[in-house]
Amino acid sequence: MSVVLDVFSIVAIVAGLVFFLAGTVGLLRFPDAYTRLHALTKADNLGVALLVTGLLPQMDGLLAALKLLLVWLLLMLSSAAVSQLIAHSARRRECGE
Amino acid sequence: MTTLLSLVVALLLLWLALWTVVARDAFVAVAGFVVYGLLLSLVWVRLAGIDVALTEAAIGGGLTGALLLGAVGRLRGTEAAAAAERSGAGTRAFAALLSLGVTMVLALCVLALPEPAPTLAPQAADNLPATGVGNPITGVLLAFRALDTLLEAIVLVIALLAVWSLAPDRFWGGRPGPRYAADPDGVLSYLARVLPPIGIVVGLYLFWAGADHPGGKFQSATILAAMWLLVQMAGLGDAPRIDGRWLRTGIVVGPLAFVAVGLLGAWQAGAFLGFADGWAKPMIVVIELALLPTLVLVLALLLNGAPARNSGKMPAGDGGR
Repeated sequence: MSVVLDVFSIVAIVAGLVFFLAGTVGLLRFPDAYTRLHALTKADNLGVALLVTGLLPQMDGLLAALKLLLVWLLLMLSSAAVSQLIAHSARRRECGE
Repeated sequence: MTTLLSLVVALLLLWLALWTVVARDAFVAVAGFVVYGLLLSLVWVRLAGIDVALTEAAIGGGLTGALLLGAVGRLRGTEAAAAAERSGAGTRAFAALLSLGVTMVLALCVLALPEPAPTLAPQAADNLPATGVGNPITGVLLAFRALDTLLEAIVLVIALLAVWSLAPDRFWGGRPGPRYAADPDGVLSYLARVLPPIGIVVGLYLFWAGADHPGGKFQSATILAAMWLLVQMAGLGDAPRIDGRWLRTGIVVGPLAFVAVGLLGAWQAGAFLGFADGWAKPMIVVIELALLPTLVLVLALLLNGAPARNSGKMPAGDGGR
């Protein structure tokens, strides 16, 4: 059983890291603020989601797992809000200039 | 594997430090500094200094970063002129020599430390039960080296006074900074409604947990101040008038309570800030409780800056809201 869980963790975390890598490459290579944000939010949402999913079976105790879930929810909230704000300010700058 | 990771983080940290120093654009330099702070807190986690890591992330990366961003915003107008200016060869050579000299002296001091480095950690750990707290950092900050913490709190209040004293006369007693107006249905307002309840619980938890686990009033105060600033920036609340009586009481209550506890110690235990047997824990709780509002107010108001609007006397009945 624990081997299955370990394999599950490894697969999920590696998949998460792939999203982070892709997000970083996109951040470096994409031409403007909006597409860069697009790449970044993919890494944030899917990458962190997969990392958290992979780490959940490794936590000792329900409380630690719940804390991890809370961290994930807060990260989603902040990344979604911040990317909206950045896109908004980029749009304003574009229209202003 | 972990050694490799440490090595990578250390190299990244050095590179970021260099980047922050040589960046010509002030905004870029501040962004580098914030990332540097976050990375540095990761280093502290690896060194098992969770308390330091929390403080570095909250104050070093977060609060100082926000202060510097505010400064960058104010310097926008003069930045082009500053970037175009080039100092003479003599000045630059002198600056290079000076910084090289400081680096050399620091390196020599570190290398000259006796091996193993002198430490008071065993004494502190042996005497920790007498203070009644479980977190050795809190024990050191509020019992063994309480005088340092007291002076720290007073320095913060004085720093706030220094910022306030930059206000033009006609704004004295008014509100600091601009009145933020954000879209009430926008994402910032949404964040400012959803996040503070969570942030307040987390902040108070950190405060309470500080007795036995990593955490404490400083980290807690930073989170609470950040929540208050978020509400202000979303336009849901305004910065307070700096002549409010409650506000000023809140700012001085921490140092005053600290000094009062210290004097009580002088009378009870025969030394300023000494604790009589069995009194250590309650006195530490009193100090922490009194310091929390002071720190929240001072940290938030430092970011708000000098008063810049709403001159005139405080309306009657407006108890410092």
